[in-house]
Amino acid sequence: MTTTKTKWTKKDLLGLKDLSREEILLILDTAKGFCEISKRPIKKVPALRGRTVVNLFLEPSTRTRVSFELAEKRLSADNLTFSGTSSSSLAKGETLKDMARNIEAMNVDLIVMRHTSSGAPHRLARYLRPGIVNAGDGINEHPTQALLDMFTIREKKKKIEGLKVSFIGDILHSRVARSNIWGLTKLGAEVTVCGPKTLLPVDIESLGVRVTYDVDRAIEGADAITLLRIQLERQKESFFPSLREYMQTFGITRERLERAKRDVIIMHPGPINRGVELADDVADGEYSVILDQVTNGVAVRMAVLYLLSGARS
Amino acid sequence: MENIRKVLDSDEMERVITRIAHEILERNHGSGDVVLIGIRTGGAHIAERIRKKIESIEKKSVPLGLLDITLYRDDLTEIGAQPEIKGTEIPFDMNGKIVILVDDVLFTGRTVRCAIDQLIDFGRPRAIQLAAFVDRGHRELPIKADYVGKNIPTSLDEEVKVYLMEEAGKDEVCLVAKGNK
Repeated sequence: MTTTKTKWTKKDLLGLKDLSREEILLILDTAKGFCEISKRPIKKVPALRGRTVVNLFLEPSTRTRVSFELAEKRLSADNLTFSGTSSSSLAKGETLKDMARNIEAMNVDLIVMRHTSSGAPHRLARYLRPGIVNAGDGINEHPTQALLDMFTIREKKKKIEGLKVSFIGDILHSRVARSNIWGLTKLGAEVTVCGPKTLLPVDIESLGVRVTYDVDRAIEGADAITLLRIQLERQKESFFPSLREYMQTFGITRERLERAKRDVIIMHPGPINRGVELADDVADGEYSVILDQVTNGVAVRMAVLYLLSGARS
Repeated sequence: MENIRKVLDSDEMERVITRIAHEILERNHGSGDVVLIGIRTGGAHIAERIRKKIESIEKKSVPLGLLDITLYRDDLTEIGAQPEIKGTEIPFDMNGKIVILVDDVLFTGRTVRCAIDQLIDFGRPRAIQLAAFVDRGHRELPIKADYVGKNIPTSLDEEVKVYLMEEAGKDEVCLVAKGNK
């Protein structure tokens, strides 16, 4: 594996679109050193002692929120989380900018932020002094998820360059797919996206990916397949006739996987709609690395927090 | 202007390793409960050499762990650019063991402080002893080595370089004096 001599200089992690290949590799290499900490009897190192991290989760999340909170605690940072808008001053009509400036005024060092609007963290990063970590903004990016996906691929396949990686499902609403496309193409993977035509953004080829509407072609020859959740909460209009038809056309079953490489890995950013994009026996089967992704997520987020808090400004 | 003086050559370094190995065995009555922990990166290679030496004397294996002290540094918030994380690997239980902590150069003592803090987060060794390949003085903390390869009195504008075959392709210890700036 490559080791990089790049130094981290950015105050924020907003998306993989803004990162160089070297910066992505630096995060992945750094994360390797953090994996072992979560296996110790005392799962804690003093690296961020005295730093304060606020997790601002203005959209529902379990995995990402827990993962960030654990990463912060295992680095000895002081942290607090608030989630949802109903319990915050936003419900009283305060703007996001004012709320964020108030949090800044209490001298926090890092803000981890999830928001329903694409670009919200980018906007805050422009006027706030604390570093901002994007934990998912609308349908734009979810950089730490893509980083942990790439970390998992690299761990299992020992490389990323030249691998064939397919994304199947709702690409249109997927910030996970978008971040992965930016990252994987920078690291030299061949990315294929597949889904119903209504769930593929127009002109996605311009990001350097192959497009297919045939799920068997997306499976064939792939080294890694990521299934994307059918995001029922984001679908105000109907993009396909029924969930049953979706499962029949695009759902991954054991029979379909027979066309795949024997060492293919199946990934999913969660939460899974069992029996829609993924059959039970595949989700829990031998190809699945879904729980490895979750484990690696903590190490990757520790690496991101470590690098951001040491950034030279 | 740099003035470089060679302090140890590869034969002398080999003898130092041999002596430290014997001292460890003498003091601890054999290698029974001894485990070695090298501080990355220089100390890790020296610990590996001491292990080989002890194993060839005692004819039984000695566990070896590697410690990356980066995340325990007290200057992490000051240094700006982040040091690379190489990871800690301690594949054994050190409860009740005699841990020999190995570093290449003992200087301020801050690295050793980090290492001891981290070891204690891993368990409760019966004892921790410190082996330093070179002791160059200028301690900032009350720390003293139990085994010293070579005492090299230095001034603060000098630097001790321990070159090891595994990293540098040669075995040599040099004292580098930086010229007047």
